[in-house]
Amino acid sequence: MLEITNVTAGYGAFTALWDVSLRVDAGEAVAVVGPNGAGKTTLMRVISGLIAPRAGALTFEGYPIGGRPAYEIVGRGIAHVPEGRRIFPGLSVADNLKMGAFLPAARRTFAESLTRVYALFPVLAERQKQRAGSLSGGEQQMLAIGRALMSGPRLILLDEPSMGLAPVMVLRLFDLIRRVRQEGYTILVVEQNVRQVLKLVDRAYLLEVGRVKMEGRAEALADQDFVRKAYVGL
Amino acid sequence: MIDPLFLAEAALNGLLLGGVLALLALGLNLIFGVIDIVWIAYVDLVMICMYAVYFIVQVYGWPIWVGGLASVALGAVLGLGVHLLIISPILTSAPVNQLLATGGLLFFLQSFATFLWTTDHRSVRLTLPRLELFDMPISVARLVAFTLSILVMLGLYLFLTRTYIGTAIRAVSQDREAMALMGANPQRVYLVTSAVGGAMAGVAAALLIIQYAVHPFFGAAFGPITFMICVLGGLGNMVGAFVASFIMSEVIAVSGVIWSTEMGYVIAFVVFIVMIFVRPGGILAKRG
Repeated sequence: MLEITNVTAGYGAFTALWDVSLRVDAGEAVAVVGPNGAGKTTLMRVISGLIAPRAGALTFEGYPIGGRPAYEIVGRGIAHVPEGRRIFPGLSVADNLKMGAFLPAARRTFAESLTRVYALFPVLAERQKQRAGSLSGGEQQMLAIGRALMSGPRLILLDEPSMGLAPVMVLRLFDLIRRVRQEGYTILVVEQNVRQVLKLVDRAYLLEVGRVKMEGRAEALADQDFVRKAYVGL
Repeated sequence: MIDPLFLAEAALNGLLLGGVLALLALGLNLIFGVIDIVWIAYVDLVMICMYAVYFIVQVYGWPIWVGGLASVALGAVLGLGVHLLIISPILTSAPVNQLLATGGLLFFLQSFATFLWTTDHRSVRLTLPRLELFDMPISVARLVAFTLSILVMLGLYLFLTRTYIGTAIRAVSQDREAMALMGANPQRVYLVTSAVGGAMAGVAAALLIIQYAVHPFFGAAFGPITFMICVLGGLGNMVGAFVASFIMSEVIAVSGVIWSTEMGYVIAFVVFIVMIFVRPGGILAKRG
């Protein structure tokens, strides 16, 4: 579904990703883990078109998407839930979801998408009139995911969904992501919370200083000695 | 002691003036809130539109509503032009360059108008009925301008809250990158915003020309007060700008009858400077 081949990318003179290759198949859940500054967020931004790759190729369902603008890539079926959620704080919950369905194709299926999102996250239905900025961190993350689902994507990019959430909320959120997955969405997730995320995904990539250090089945990766020591905290 | 009737009349005039000022401030603030650039030459675009109404109505003899509609259309086109020709190429450069570029446009428009139309003051003469309220004469032109301003602002409010593109404009002003992830081409949202802001300048022009004469330096008369209102209300804050417009127009009108018109402006600037120290984020900003 998503094929990334030898991608190099960065900001200005700084290179954050070196020669990264990665694959996500339809129906899969894949994680990218690694320490701060490993280039995880840059990878997500290259995929969704917020920055252009310097070299390498990206294809989604056979179409080349490398270097295409973000507003075009979302129309192809990739929704990016950015780091820090980035909801529109001054807009109501309902208006945030409406913006998720900004594209004409998504507007046509607005009612069905909304029912689906409210079924997944009932709290959003309860708070639809409330200003999004007044929601709790966990609710804001649900809104960010719900907003992404409104565009009718097939692949969802989740960047640090558990960031800044209380431990109890983190567990709930991972349950919700599991449910999103069961709805048939393909997921690529970047996460600091390695232990939890490896329980959620099928496969994972370990990124370090901009390069893929290791890849494999989630269980296999979780058993790797140095992954356990460095990230899982066992 | 000043006759209370004079004060009441001044307060009423202030209220009526506030409507048009609010229209100017909201147009400028809309553009700033979304594109993050202050169009220094905003009121000079109004001046160009005022000339258009003057020529259409006073010189060619068309009815005022034709002049008004033409002014709105011209304003929208000018707004698009300013964005495409001036703002778009420097969108990512340093803010000071952006200010210099729109400031340059200001001098260009002033000189251009002086060159074409000289520095003569020109006005549109309409025969309007006289109106009186409790012995106070009310300018019908001002009343019409006020009413239409309020209606246009109501329309703007509905546009920004009830339509997809209007909501997208507000969303872009809060997080432009996130809105790109929703599938909105930021450049297109900017163009719509510039056109709407320009059209508001056109509306304001049609409402101003029935009250004031136009000359090439009209922007210098209304520009500073418009910026002051925007800063006082909090740059980008629409409700704040609306409230600030009426505060400023009342200050100018009321101190104008107590002392003099010049003094009214002096006091308005003093109020502005004091407010900047007391509430630097604008009158409606949260403290702390």
